[in-house]
Amino acid sequence: MIRVPLRPLARILPARANGENPDAIERENKRIRHEEMRDRMRARAESRLLILGMFFVCAFVVVGARMGLLSISEPMEPRAYAPGASISAARADIVDRNGALLATNFETHALYAQPTHMIDPVAAAEKLVQIFPDLDHDRLVRDFTGKRKFLWIKKTMSPEQMQAVHEIGDPGLMFGPRDMRLYPNGTLAAHVLGGASFGKEGVSAAEVIGVAGVEKYFDNYLRDPDNAGKPLALSLDLTVQAAAERVLWGGMKLMNAKGATSVLMDVHTGEVISVVSLPTFDPNNRPRPAITGDPSDSPLYNRSVQGVYELGSVFKIFAAAQAIDLGLVTADTMIDTTPPMRVGGYPIGEFNRKNYGVISVTDVIMHSSNRGSGRLALQIGVARQQEFLKKLGFFEATPFEIVEAAQGKPLLPKQWTDLSAVTISYGHGLSSSPMQLAAAYSAIANGGYIVKPTILKQDVRSLQGERVMSAKAAADARMMLRKVVTDGTASFGEVPGYAVGGKTGSADKPNPQGGYYKDRNISTFASMFPTNDPKYVLVVSLDEPVETSGDKPRRTAGWTTVPVAAEMIRRLAPLLGLRPTVEPTTLADITLTSSN
Amino acid sequence: MTEMVYGAAPVRDGEPILPKWWRTIDMWSMSCILILFTIGLLLGLAASPPLAAKNGFEAFHYVQRQAFFGCVALVAMMLTSMMTPVMVRRLAVVGFLLTFVALLLLPFFGTDFGKGATRWFSLGFASVQPSEFLKPGFVVVCAWMMAAGQDLNGPPGRMWSFILCVTIVLMLALQPDFGQACLVLFGWGVMYFVAGAPMLLLVGMAGLVVMAGTVAYSSSEHFARRIDGFLSADIDPTTQLGYATNAIREGGLFGVGVGEGEVKWSLPDAHTDFIIAVAAEEYGLILVLVIIALYTVVVVRSLLRLMRERDPFIRLAGTGLACTFGVQAMINMGVAVRLLPAKGMTLPFVSYGGSSVIASGIALGMLLAFTRTRPQGEISDLLGRGRGR
Repeated sequence: MIRVPLRPLARILPARANGENPDAIERENKRIRHEEMRDRMRARAESRLLILGMFFVCAFVVVGARMGLLSISEPMEPRAYAPGASISAARADIVDRNGALLATNFETHALYAQPTHMIDPVAAAEKLVQIFPDLDHDRLVRDFTGKRKFLWIKKTMSPEQMQAVHEIGDPGLMFGPRDMRLYPNGTLAAHVLGGASFGKEGVSAAEVIGVAGVEKYFDNYLRDPDNAGKPLALSLDLTVQAAAERVLWGGMKLMNAKGATSVLMDVHTGEVISVVSLPTFDPNNRPRPAITGDPSDSPLYNRSVQGVYELGSVFKIFAAAQAIDLGLVTADTMIDTTPPMRVGGYPIGEFNRKNYGVISVTDVIMHSSNRGSGRLALQIGVARQQEFLKKLGFFEATPFEIVEAAQGKPLLPKQWTDLSAVTISYGHGLSSSPMQLAAAYSAIANGGYIVKPTILKQDVRSLQGERVMSAKAAADARMMLRKVVTDGTASFGEVPGYAVGGKTGSADKPNPQGGYYKDRNISTFASMFPTNDPKYVLVVSLDEPVETSGDKPRRTAGWTTVPVAAEMIRRLAPLLGLRPTVEPTTLADITLTSSN
Repeated sequence: MTEMVYGAAPVRDGEPILPKWWRTIDMWSMSCILILFTIGLLLGLAASPPLAAKNGFEAFHYVQRQAFFGCVALVAMMLTSMMTPVMVRRLAVVGFLLTFVALLLLPFFGTDFGKGATRWFSLGFASVQPSEFLKPGFVVVCAWMMAAGQDLNGPPGRMWSFILCVTIVLMLALQPDFGQACLVLFGWGVMYFVAGAPMLLLVGMAGLVVMAGTVAYSSSEHFARRIDGFLSADIDPTTQLGYATNAIREGGLFGVGVGEGEVKWSLPDAHTDFIIAVAAEEYGLILVLVIIALYTVVVVRSLLRLMRERDPFIRLAGTGLACTFGVQAMINMGVAVRLLPAKGMTLPFVSYGGSSVIASGIALGMLLAFTRTRPQGEISDLLGRGRGR
């Protein structure tokens, strides 16, 4: 086949003429064409096959290179992804004013299970229930043998329990390190500290978040990793707090009260040295909030800031102090307290329908005369009374730095009439918390300056707030308060050497159905000591106390709260470093004789 | 005289089978395949004891099974490779028809072994996965059709093969078995490419794929996130891929030592889909590179030998077989190193699996039969040994 004939028939026609079979020639032609076509296609396929081969070489080289890169990189541990790793568990400690530990962190472990890794789930469940009796055996078995791949079993546990779990030896039971919040003093200052619980939980750490009290109020500060080594110093004094709780608890039991609260405040700085609310709880094991019933019955209820009640006669001193401050009266101005006295159509009565006659302002406070303080309030007038009480902080929830404080919103009359002014002057018609009362009494005690109650330790010794009354008025008011203890309703409040001054208040508790209970009251004693140069204000309040040593049950503060408060002062004043001023007693008449 | 009395001494035209086979077979590829098979057994020793322990067999139960199936596969491979291409084609067509029917019957008689996809026939002592056997038959049938289509006055073979391909892909996708469907589609595509797909079509398709990908990436957030997640370096270490990646890292260059690996205890598919991870962990990068090199040699050598082949059927069928074999290995390993999204695919001849290894044996036997040295009408063939066929 040197050349292909141009005309296909060129060979066939001569062949036919020669008697040869032309089909053979045709087949030969076809075969040649076929061969040529094959060669052409092979040439084309050759390049494409080459491309394919190159592709495979490249692909395998890439796979190999990737393998190489992977194998020289560092392996990482299989660990739970994302949230766990980024949780910061460092939380600052909380200490009292002397640096004693109130709240700290404790390293413990959470227990979790990965049932896919468990060898003998049923036996493991059985042993776990022996270690933790509160676990439900059937449920554990169900969880371990079911489809779950991960479950938490315990949020925290003791080292002994952890060792016991270790000894089960099941690889599917694992421990996640935890920083647990620990309150080493148990129930002490529970309402201030509040409590903490776990927020985001991971296998390697869990977030600790405050749920109440200062733990919640200062949550951001405490959680800030920058503050890890800087504990939060509170104004509380652990020793005083412990003594106060002890004595108040005893007093509450003695007086058959269902609750009690006390606030001990530094009159110059507003620092709260001790604040107690009973009944109490253990912040290490914070109870669940009550869903039903009166929230004030729950131990979580903080009476010192949330317990907003009409506090009664303790308010009379404000009317007296303001009247003196305004120059309307002096301590000796005579006030007519004889009945009848009607304001806005309502008669104003006295306790036990007494009639004190015409008495001095001092005696009004000493005898706790409603009509006397009402007269003073009428002289002062609504506007000035409002302004005065507002400055003292009775119009807003106390700025005390625990989250519950904001819930203690004072109740004010909707329309502040003359009648309101009169009733408020003896503590009815305006509800406030013991914390607010303590702050207001501090203003009288420190010579007329407003203080802001605080739980934080203050560096300065005196916070000079706005002046709310003259030093003279404050001094006169203190003198009257002293007189209440020496000669008036709070005679049980005398503590030798500490010159206690104070005012009692017994207010009937409001009935939710309307009106007031006759036999349930809030008995309050607001006191300061020593009265000649007050350092501290102590407000004690008992909820529904009753004293039954006499013929008939006695519920007034003079019989119930005052003795408790006196006992507290007797115990606390030495702890606070106050020296009793021992008045020289009259020497016994000794006659030195000689018999010779 | 003697001949007249006793008849002629029996003389065969042509060469005896075995010597001819030995002379013309691609020794390199066959050696590589045998080495791969040995490595597979070795890795089976490492990877299958956890599975045996789980299923209550003695430790090397699966290794013994694999050795048995492997021997069957090797015999099948040898026998197939001794056949002539025409013989291979005939048997493959018959085999294809049988497996096609088997595939059709799968929804009625198949079992899914609790894996959610009906891919197996249970035969009591063993299970058969027809789609594994279908692949080589399909490749041969398609190659035949395409080759016939290229011939003078041939039928529209490309169209027929395309219809057949789509049918099988749909059937596999319905099982669902997207891995095998992709392989079948890829095998057809490669053959079509070699059979002379118009360049314009190829360029157009490549452009279309790139454009569709770009559009999907920019418009669909879901798609974008999946791609990003795949491309990102971070990987959740508790997933199968995470374990596999970690195993490769643990292994380093020389491995942690025979039997010291951990990954086989964590991965349910350590003996099949992630066997390369086991290899990397216990024997290190060295063995992995050896395995990759073996696959490369088989595929590239076969393709190079096919470049000289003039018979279009042999060229196409050989290309299809070699490429499906290579791409299956590539996908399996690419998944383990996170070059490709997760897709269950066995490593041919290395992973555990009776159907897989026997089907691979048959397919490679065919490939060896197709890549045997033949006279190609070249000058060396004409002048050379002159023995030819």
